[in-house]
Amino acid sequence: MSSTPEDNLPLIRLRGLTKVYGQGQAAFQALKGVDLDIEAGDFVAIMGPSGSGKSTVMNTLGCLDTPTGGEYLFHGLHVERLGRDQRARLRRRYLGFVFQGFNLLARTSAQENVELPLLYRGEPAAARHRAARAALASVGLDGWEHHTPAELSGGQQQRVAIARAIVTEPEVLLADEPTGNLDTQRSHEIMELLWRLNDEQGITVLMVTHEPDMAQYARRIVHFVDGRIDSDTRNPQPAALARRAANTASVASAEGAN
Amino acid sequence: MLLNTLLLALREIRRNLLRSFLTILGIVIGVSAVITMVTLGNGATRAVQQQIAALGTNLLMIMPGQRLGPGRSSAGAPTFKEADVEAIRQQIGGVNVVAPQLMSSVTLVANGRNWSSTINGTSNEYFISNNWTLVSGRQFEEAEERAGSAVCVIGETVRRELYGSASALEVLGQPLRIKNFSCEIIGVLLSKGQSGMGSDQDNMVVMPLRTVQRRISGSQRVDVLLVSLQDGSDSERVKASLTNLLRERRNLSDTDEDNFNILDTRQFADAMAGTTQVMTMLLGAVAGVSLLVGGIGIMNIMLVSVTERTREIGIRLAIGALEREVLLQFLIEAVALAALGGLIGVVLATLASLALSAIMQMPYVFNLGINVLSFAFSAAIGVVFGYFPARRAARLDPIEALRHE
Repeated sequence: MSSTPEDNLPLIRLRGLTKVYGQGQAAFQALKGVDLDIEAGDFVAIMGPSGSGKSTVMNTLGCLDTPTGGEYLFHGLHVERLGRDQRARLRRRYLGFVFQGFNLLARTSAQENVELPLLYRGEPAAARHRAARAALASVGLDGWEHHTPAELSGGQQQRVAIARAIVTEPEVLLADEPTGNLDTQRSHEIMELLWRLNDEQGITVLMVTHEPDMAQYARRIVHFVDGRIDSDTRNPQPAALARRAANTASVASAEGAN
Repeated sequence: MLLNTLLLALREIRRNLLRSFLTILGIVIGVSAVITMVTLGNGATRAVQQQIAALGTNLLMIMPGQRLGPGRSSAGAPTFKEADVEAIRQQIGGVNVVAPQLMSSVTLVANGRNWSSTINGTSNEYFISNNWTLVSGRQFEEAEERAGSAVCVIGETVRRELYGSASALEVLGQPLRIKNFSCEIIGVLLSKGQSGMGSDQDNMVVMPLRTVQRRISGSQRVDVLLVSLQDGSDSERVKASLTNLLRERRNLSDTDEDNFNILDTRQFADAMAGTTQVMTMLLGAVAGVSLLVGGIGIMNIMLVSVTERTREIGIRLAIGALEREVLLQFLIEAVALAALGGLIGVVLATLASLALSAIMQMPYVFNLGINVLSFAFSAAIGVVFGYFPARRAARLDPIEALRHE
């Protein structure tokens, strides 16, 4: 971005970020001053107990929510100073979202769900169709283009959601408990997919999870406790460990079936 | 962007067929009810006006008795005389014709059948003053009127009930028994159908005044004076001079009240038209309520779907839609549904009005105003209740919209 004031700024920088929900007596301070730098190409798992502020920081990073105080720099741009429309433009240009509840449009085919972000970008129909088919193929859903969410399994719905998130070729993919509604087998499949997107395509992945197994896919694990960062560690062997666990799990489930 | 948004809106309508159908249904019912009722009301007004026009609009009816209305009494008030007719004819200006009238209820006998009807003793002027046309035969000859001959002109209902299949030409010259004498049919009147009051105007036998006086009532009296005005003459002025003349002829002193009434059929017509207009307004009000109920139906559908749609708005915002793009889509959806519903409503109302006015034998009167008004009103309801909940949702932070339960 041309507005970058310093060349050595990371992709994302949070400084003294606070968030207060409600007012007066009922006020709840979800974030109590968070400092965090995230470099492009990283895969960060954000963990912590309920109410620790991990989802709040995620929504703030995704420009879905506005912080009460502090700074959020994205490519050196002060996001906390942007208006609603500017944040919407930033979302559709740089960000892709995957939610725990999938959040696909009901009664709408996988193909049309995936095309939607491109429609808002104003891409012509032919380009939309091509890109959506390619995105669905890359998440392993060739042949499922015309199924509606109700006709797809949870894992498939989450794949459609991932295809919708990556169809715009975003720099950052934000995943809020992407495996929260899935069984172990599907969870590992989804995580494999996220790992490949990070490892092969260089997409920065930010993921909230409370499952340590899933966090093992990340290159970096940040723990939140009580609205603050409690620990921030690099994962020496991202994915590999978890993959072994996934294999064990599938073997175990296969044996269990027998 | 506009084209894409239009595409999105139409896609949403198609995708949510049940919701779209229910929304449209509310508008259709509201619009068609209002238009149908008001159109039928207008048709009824027109029908009444036509019937009154058939009665003769430039007609004054003079009857003996004190003022009309409650406490009215004709007892003691002297009846008119044949000489009054001649006096009015000669002394009052602006008068076209003057006809006496003497009515009597009788039982008619012919062809071995009985029929209850009304005898109307009058003169040839009656045919002019009350807009009667002969479908066959002739009017009275002067000699017949003077001598009180046993001749009569019958109405269509009398011909049908007593002579059945015999045509208006075939009944000419046939005998008709009334009480103890028989008269010869010399003419048949063209049917007028029901009067504005609902009575059958064709159930009548017209005879010379003197025939009725001598053979049926046995007196010299005249019940009613019918005064038909010339076109363009001032009915108020004629009424005033008629009052003066009649007071003088009936020897009333200045302190006496009038012992006769002058009824202006134009006032009568206006009163009738006024009544039907009140009915139309009443129907319109009832229909307005159904439009309101339809509107509430639309509102319900929209509000029920708002939870689902709030999440949908959250999704759209999260994946990069601008607030105004989402709003435009919802607005187009609402406008399209409302317009479609309104259009169907107008078409349905037109068909229903045509069918009903045919069944009720009333003219179909197209009323542009009510079509436009009810269409606009229901469209406004659809747009308001489709758009404003969406606007509220689109102004939430995307994450709040996504969490909406």
